Amino acid sequence: MASIDTGGGDSGHKGRGVKKAKKLSTRIDMTPMVDLGFLLITFFIFTATMSTPNTMRLIMPKDEKDPEKQTEVKQSGALTILMGRNNEIYYYEGQMEADGSNFKSTTYKELREVIQKKRKDVMQLGRSLGYHKDSLDRDMVVVIKPNSDATYKNTVDVLDEMTINNIQRFALVDITDQEKQAIALTEQSGAKAQ
Amino acid sequence: MPSVKMPKKSTDTDMTPFVDVAFLILTFFILATKFKPPEPVSITTPKSVSSSKLSEKDAVMIQFDSTGKVYLSVNLTKKEDDELKKDMIKRLNDQSKLGLTEDQMNKFVINSMVGSPFSQLKGLMSRPVNEWEKVPQQGIPVDSANNELTRWMNAATQTFQGHPIDIMIKGDNNAKFPQFKGVIDALRANDIFKYKLITDPRGVPPGTELYRIRESGANNETDD
Repeated sequence: MASIDTGGGDSGHKGRGVKKAKKLSTRIDMTPMVDLGFLLITFFIFTATMSTPNTMRLIMPKDEKDPEKQTEVKQSGALTILMGRNNEIYYYEGQMEADGSNFKSTTYKELREVIQKKRKDVMQLGRSLGYHKDSLDRDMVVVIKPNSDATYKNTVDVLDEMTINNIQRFALVDITDQEKQAIALTEQSGAKAQ
Repeated sequence: MPSVKMPKKSTDTDMTPFVDVAFLILTFFILATKFKPPEPVSITTPKSVSSSKLSEKDAVMIQFDSTGKVYLSVNLTKKEDDELKKDMIKRLNDQSKLGLTEDQMNKFVINSMVGSPFSQLKGLMSRPVNEWEKVPQQGIPVDSANNELTRWMNAATQTFQGHPIDIMIKGDNNAKFPQFKGVIDALRANDIFKYKLITDPRGVPPGTELYRIRESGANNETDD
């Protein structure tokens, strides 16, 4: 323990006649140093625990070229999500209509509601068809099709929404030309309207 | 009789032991935190609610940064497995006729992170290993016309056949989707369908399905 002590001095060393040395206290107040120490500790505690990233498992379906063997997706349960540039999202249920009437756009915040609503609808349908209560959403399939100007973050966010809403079946597939056209048209009309 | 004079006691506590303890704990934390390995690319990963943590197993990591450059690195936990790294680069050399020398292949074993097209690989490897990070690499091409990552992964899958290895993908937020697609296509061409995406942790939004599931019991979760 560090400590400097200049006490009164034991008499006997100095002879008589010597002036007594002025009493100076060299005791340093350590309180600020303790504060600093604990601050640094807190900093290191927090940075140490936040450094482990986590992993998200992704399993892709096999590339099946044979159309007969491709998994059939029930139209009633299919929800297709398309991601475009600047964090824009478009979606449609079932098959895309030729005139694009069921082609809608939304944002990431509202996407969760869209997914939840679709899930509810599918479960309702499942109930009416007499499915077992634990597999009411078994017809629900989400097809994710990112456009070439969507970012990686968009893709991971949508995949994350799958986990958050507990969607069991989803697939990451290529976008079709028809869908690309639909997006391009929507972007153009959106730009004109502004 | 005068009352007994109470001996004056000082109320100032000596702070020195506090400082000693504080610095001791601080030293422990400084030494206990593992430093991130220096990487030539800065990547901000997107967030996800996934609960499985990064495992320390052997892995082949494919990284791509915001400009879309793809880097491949092999991380093996045991030093004895360095032979496998040598094996992998040798296979690649033979199959793609890269013309690498023995010395250059040994360098790959020391620093297993590369991000160059085949044409520039020889140039990169002829430099000393510690200079590799400073060299501006162009990334492994993953476009559909010339997907070199397929060859890399081919060499990797053949080398690590008996050896369980994870495939990890670490991508930057702003990387465009075609890069990611190129990586997935390269993996698909090698019959790899299961991989892990590295993300930052994020709290589960309350009121959602996942929140309910996690609250009711972590046992039933089908993650890992």
